[in-house]
Amino acid sequence: MLRFIIQKHLTLIAAFMVSFVFSTIANAIDIQEVKSEGGIDALLVEDYTLPIIALSFSFEGGVSQDIAGKEGTVRLLSALMDEGAGELDSSTYRAKLEELGISVGFSAGGDRFGGSLRTIREDKETAFEMLRLALNEPRFDGDAIERMRDAIRTSIIRAEADPSAIARVKLRETIFADHPYSRPTQGTEESINAITRDDIVAMHRKIFASGSVKIGVVGAISAEELAGLLEMTFGTLPKEANLQEIPEIKPKLGVVEQIDMAVPNASISLVYKGLSRDHPDFFAAHLMNHILGGGTFSSRLYREVREKRGLAYGVSSSISTREQTNFLIAGTSTRAENKDEALRIIKQEFERMAKEGVTQEELDVAKKYVAGAYAINNLDTSGKIARVLVALQTENLGIDYIDSRIQQIEAVTLEDVNRVARELLSVEPTVVTLGPATQ
Amino acid sequence: MLKLISAFVFLIVASSNAFAFSQSSGLSVSEYTLDNGTRVVVIPDRRAPVVTHMIWYKVGSADDPVGKSGIAHFLEHLLFKGTKTVPQGVFSSAVSEIGGQENAFTSSDYTAYYQKVSPSALKLMMTYEADRMRNVILSDEVVYPERDVILEERSGRVDSSPGGILSEFTQAALFVHHPYGVPVIGWEHEIAKLEREDILAFYEKWYQPWNATVVVAGDVEPEDVLALAKETYGKVVASQPEVKRERIRDPQPVVAKELRYADERVTNPVWRRAFLAPSYNRAEGNEGEALDLLAAILGESVTSRIYKDVVLEKEMATSAGSFYQGTALDSGYFGLYATPRGDTTIDDLETAMEQVIDTLLEDGVSQEELDRARKTFLKSAIYSRDSQVTLARIFGTVLTVGGKVEDVTNWAEKLGNVTVEEVNAVAKKYLIRNQAVTSYLLPKKG
Repeated sequence: MLRFIIQKHLTLIAAFMVSFVFSTIANAIDIQEVKSEGGIDALLVEDYTLPIIALSFSFEGGVSQDIAGKEGTVRLLSALMDEGAGELDSSTYRAKLEELGISVGFSAGGDRFGGSLRTIREDKETAFEMLRLALNEPRFDGDAIERMRDAIRTSIIRAEADPSAIARVKLRETIFADHPYSRPTQGTEESINAITRDDIVAMHRKIFASGSVKIGVVGAISAEELAGLLEMTFGTLPKEANLQEIPEIKPKLGVVEQIDMAVPNASISLVYKGLSRDHPDFFAAHLMNHILGGGTFSSRLYREVREKRGLAYGVSSSISTREQTNFLIAGTSTRAENKDEALRIIKQEFERMAKEGVTQEELDVAKKYVAGAYAINNLDTSGKIARVLVALQTENLGIDYIDSRIQQIEAVTLEDVNRVARELLSVEPTVVTLGPATQ
Repeated sequence: MLKLISAFVFLIVASSNAFAFSQSSGLSVSEYTLDNGTRVVVIPDRRAPVVTHMIWYKVGSADDPVGKSGIAHFLEHLLFKGTKTVPQGVFSSAVSEIGGQENAFTSSDYTAYYQKVSPSALKLMMTYEADRMRNVILSDEVVYPERDVILEERSGRVDSSPGGILSEFTQAALFVHHPYGVPVIGWEHEIAKLEREDILAFYEKWYQPWNATVVVAGDVEPEDVLALAKETYGKVVASQPEVKRERIRDPQPVVAKELRYADERVTNPVWRRAFLAPSYNRAEGNEGEALDLLAAILGESVTSRIYKDVVLEKEMATSAGSFYQGTALDSGYFGLYATPRGDTTIDDLETAMEQVIDTLLEDGVSQEELDRARKTFLKSAIYSRDSQVTLARIFGTVLTVGGKVEDVTNWAEKLGNVTVEEVNAVAKKYLIRNQAVTSYLLPKKG
């Protein structure tokens, strides 16, 4: 029985004590390691409360695998993976999923190619068979390719006129220059037109390999049942992926770009130094960012920009960690006339953080949040837990991460946070703004 | 902190699912009414040590006084500004310091506030939430800077989106007189003039225990929640007597209307058509269920008529479909939408969409289509139980737009009773072209 974290013997009175939050999570999810006969690994949380099975998977290789001139291939591939497989054309394949309420989904990320399967227990054999077909025998029929190409082209054209998308492109090109990370994920009108069926088939062959897939499963299925279905679904894929190596890149800082555009709303993005997910100071940085602009109603940026001054509806910052880069990014959108003031206040808060750091009290509050938020945000639905199980593997966090992250958070000191704040934020950021030209 | 009307679309599907599921799998829901009139609904889900606590007030933007649009939503923001005994920030800090989530949303018919926390924090959440039902301090210092935030929010949501601009005017054309024609966030010129006193009067009128529905979903025992509710919400004393919501009614639509909006920021045209149709609350007999099934058969999936004809066969649209907005205290509506593909003109696309509707009106739907749509609803219903937040929202929504818990539990049976004739009847009765509102979002050459 899965009670994700329940330990009823703990008294409820301890609610607000750090120790309570910490110990409940420490007794968290019962994760099983499953291995199929042919060596397909997965993490499983077995639970029969609902007759549902949720599976999440992730292959190495994402949009950054696109070849120059053929940008958008991986994105197009992800749109085609559920458009017919084996003997079933697109309509037949999707009608069958719909009839049984099975969902098969694919999504191309920057560095990885993810997907999911969701089914009611009684349909599990059919569901895994449908996923097997999609992974192993996608059809890439001409009409489906053209339909998806048109849909993506529509989206590309829309993005070209969308101020926030324009600002994102500018930011990416500014900080990543000629690196694959600078490329448009959907491609351009030109590149999307240049992609052939052979390109799509080749990309499929490059990415989908049993050796690189990470799998997480939650729900009404035993380890034995799962092992068999995993072997059937993933076991016939080629062992080795054939991926292009992506070089490491440090985002370019200290650049200021303004895009002149007569729009009512201006957008502001700032990029500072970040750090990698496996850096020993990761949690120190994460806690620092939480205090600065981590998306709650009590962050410094939220208080200064929205609460005190009414300059914007939302403002936040986050640490981005990709396989070959990392950075800290902050942003907001504000009415055009408030742009300069909002930017000034945000920069001021970054400078204050770099110079003065945080207080012990702020850190204590942030630790409680960061420790407790994990369960509340990530463990309340089957699909989310399945994604966590995948992340434990892709990020090399270890099977005991849900426990160990608590200790890692607890171990962070005020000195750590303030040192990290100095190291990451004592730089001139790259700033990209979009809005009406200043007079 | 705002749920615009368009976002409703999702809810009706979700509602349907929970209705169905409660019937077929014994989803247990407990309901209580406290002495002061506050309703309490508890939906246990013991899989994770997480609880979602929501309070729903039966008041929304359609209750804004004429000429003062935006008050309901403005007030939602102001409930985060502190009370006589709990200073600003204390409630939010109590949520965030344990890693909880909180937010709020306003629609035409309801305003809701929620926190997702560990169960041990439930009592504190209820204490703070009960406190701000009656004790909010609305000083000039908090009201006027927040008005700027709301103008920012409006600017971001509407002014910067051509589709948002057209939607507001389409809604106004569909509801010519009824307040559903006014944007939830309010018209800019009216927001800019909202005064502290207006908001205070609105708060006094509607934020009363008899107008509140508390929904708790998650790792809790219903009796424990009831005890906590008595201790917290039960102690709130109403300062004003109960008010019933009676809104003006629209005339029967007679005239077809067309709205065209061209904007330089538009790259792909969008065609939409809306027909007034009764909400579940206003529907007679099985009309609500029949409209839901009609929307599914017509255009809510890859096997639906619109998708098969316009997207797959004719290759005229990148996306196209239909939906039924039936979650409303007063009138609902039925919608069609399509985005042209390639060189297809918006006029040709309109003709193709109309042909699908005409064929359906002439030949009717088949038993097989009806069965398939029903089965899809029932299958997907099971998944809605996987999220306590979804469940809490479904019950909160239904209960604040005129529904009862029993309406939810009887839904599957009613869905099962809908006949082919009833689906065809609602199609003929409501999909009347010369009474519809059609909008065209068009590119404009700079």
